[in-house]
Amino acid sequence: MSGLGLAAAAVPKVDSGDTAWMLAATALVLLMTPALGLFYAGLVREKNTLNTFMMSVAALAIATVMWALVGYSLAFDGTSPIVGGLSYVGLHDVTFAPRDGTTIPHLVFFAFQATFCIVTTALVSGAVVERMRFGAFLVFAALWSVLVYAVMAHWAFGGGWLQDGGTLDFAGGVPVEMGSGFSALAAALVVRARKDYGRQALLPHNSVYVLLGAGLLWFGWFGFNGGSGFSAGHPGVLAFTNTLLTPACTLLVWFVLDLIRGRKVTAIGAATAIIVGCVGITPAAGFISPPWAMVLGAVAALPSYAVIVLRPRTRVDETLDVLAAHGVAGFTGILFIGFFAQQSWNGVSDGLVYGNAAQLGHQALAAVAAPVYAFTATYVLLRLIGLVMPLRATEREEALGMDVIQHGEEAYASGEGAILITPVDGEVPPVPVADPGFA
Amino acid sequence: MKLVIGIVRPEVANDVLEALYRAEVRGLSMCKVQGHGGELDRVETYRGTTVQMRLADKIRFEVAVTDDFVDPTIEALCEGARTGEVGDGKIFVVPLERAVRIRTGEKDHGAVTPVSA
Repeated sequence: MSGLGLAAAAVPKVDSGDTAWMLAATALVLLMTPALGLFYAGLVREKNTLNTFMMSVAALAIATVMWALVGYSLAFDGTSPIVGGLSYVGLHDVTFAPRDGTTIPHLVFFAFQATFCIVTTALVSGAVVERMRFGAFLVFAALWSVLVYAVMAHWAFGGGWLQDGGTLDFAGGVPVEMGSGFSALAAALVVRARKDYGRQALLPHNSVYVLLGAGLLWFGWFGFNGGSGFSAGHPGVLAFTNTLLTPACTLLVWFVLDLIRGRKVTAIGAATAIIVGCVGITPAAGFISPPWAMVLGAVAALPSYAVIVLRPRTRVDETLDVLAAHGVAGFTGILFIGFFAQQSWNGVSDGLVYGNAAQLGHQALAAVAAPVYAFTATYVLLRLIGLVMPLRATEREEALGMDVIQHGEEAYASGEGAILITPVDGEVPPVPVADPGFA
Repeated sequence: MKLVIGIVRPEVANDVLEALYRAEVRGLSMCKVQGHGGELDRVETYRGTTVQMRLADKIRFEVAVTDDFVDPTIEALCEGARTGEVGDGKIFVVPLERAVRIRTGEKDHGAVTPVSA
């Protein structure tokens, strides 16, 4: 070792192995957003395919910009209880030096956390697809990613009151899963049901998209959970393997539940089960042993399955069941830590079963606070946006489909009967150009 | 015996089915077609290509009925499909020479009268 190396050892140091893994993990998590777009697009009707996918694509643009401008700072600057400071606004001081408490450059830490904000913002869109105006969604996404996501991320990851009080949340049961799930419920209540909801069967138009989307989400989730230890060390390795085990068990139990209920194992059910399993292990990934992770997978299937069966019987058109898949499964995962966390595996804390009842209290607090804040903040936010602009497309536009109305495109355009309107020699041919919304 | 052909907007297909069911018209077929009936065209843009879509998606119902059922069928189609704007569609009624139910070999009136299960 050179003298320089010894001197550097005194200050926090960037580890190349950890950084390499976190760069890859960041890219894995980024893939989850288009994967979610595909998953959601398959679940809606053909005429709303592009609009649904575009809500996830919009999150890639809006959440990233908002996160860089202000969200990251509010989430990760300082350790005040409710919300962070403003010293990282506009990425000020976010450089190559290691982020406090990690061995990776601050820039990588920022980018990794940004991908979480993006996918969580996209998740909420599942509650309002097929009728919310695209413009109104853009405004909502921009404000939600800061006022709801960044605040809850501060509570759970950034040294806020939950983390400080002892709540364990490995990869985002609080801000990502309960944050999106209970916000989705509020959004569905404010935006209200689709016009044909409860009257007509509104069915998924492409189950293969749904399965492929779920598969890609699972793939990306290895970065989501495996990267949340911010290193290639034990917590990351444990979380990575648990991300394989839990969804597999959820899938198996979901098969059995499907068989009991309808005598057939369903494909859309299987895709849903993969998401529920991934969500369930998210908060617990680095805190429980692999055998308990398998038990969690089985347990997490039950409440989410129940909500998925019961929700469509209500008037609440929480269209793509974000509450059941994310809110409820995140809730299950957060509480599960309180029982089965194991210090011999996580090096941090034991749960009730291993003699530390206090941990369950910390977890229960998060399981109450996160839903309350997410629901209330989203409800108020959307009501306020609704005062300024219409949230919904008109009934007529809803009937025609959001793809043509909002984007002027179709997912499966044939081109038959289409006439080119292209300027030839600089001349625009005189054609009666109609706005489809007012034809 | 007549063949009633109704060409309607895709978004009202379920309303038409409901109206036909209430009119006790049970045997029918439907398919997706593309057509143009005087409504203004949609304009769509794909990258640099802007196109005027001359053909709109429609649903075509075909209902073979006995003469007594022609008017109820037409009424049901209108009731389910009318929105009042250009593009609601058309109904055509054409004479039907023969009909055969494949399963039993029943002909004409017997063939177009639905059986109860």
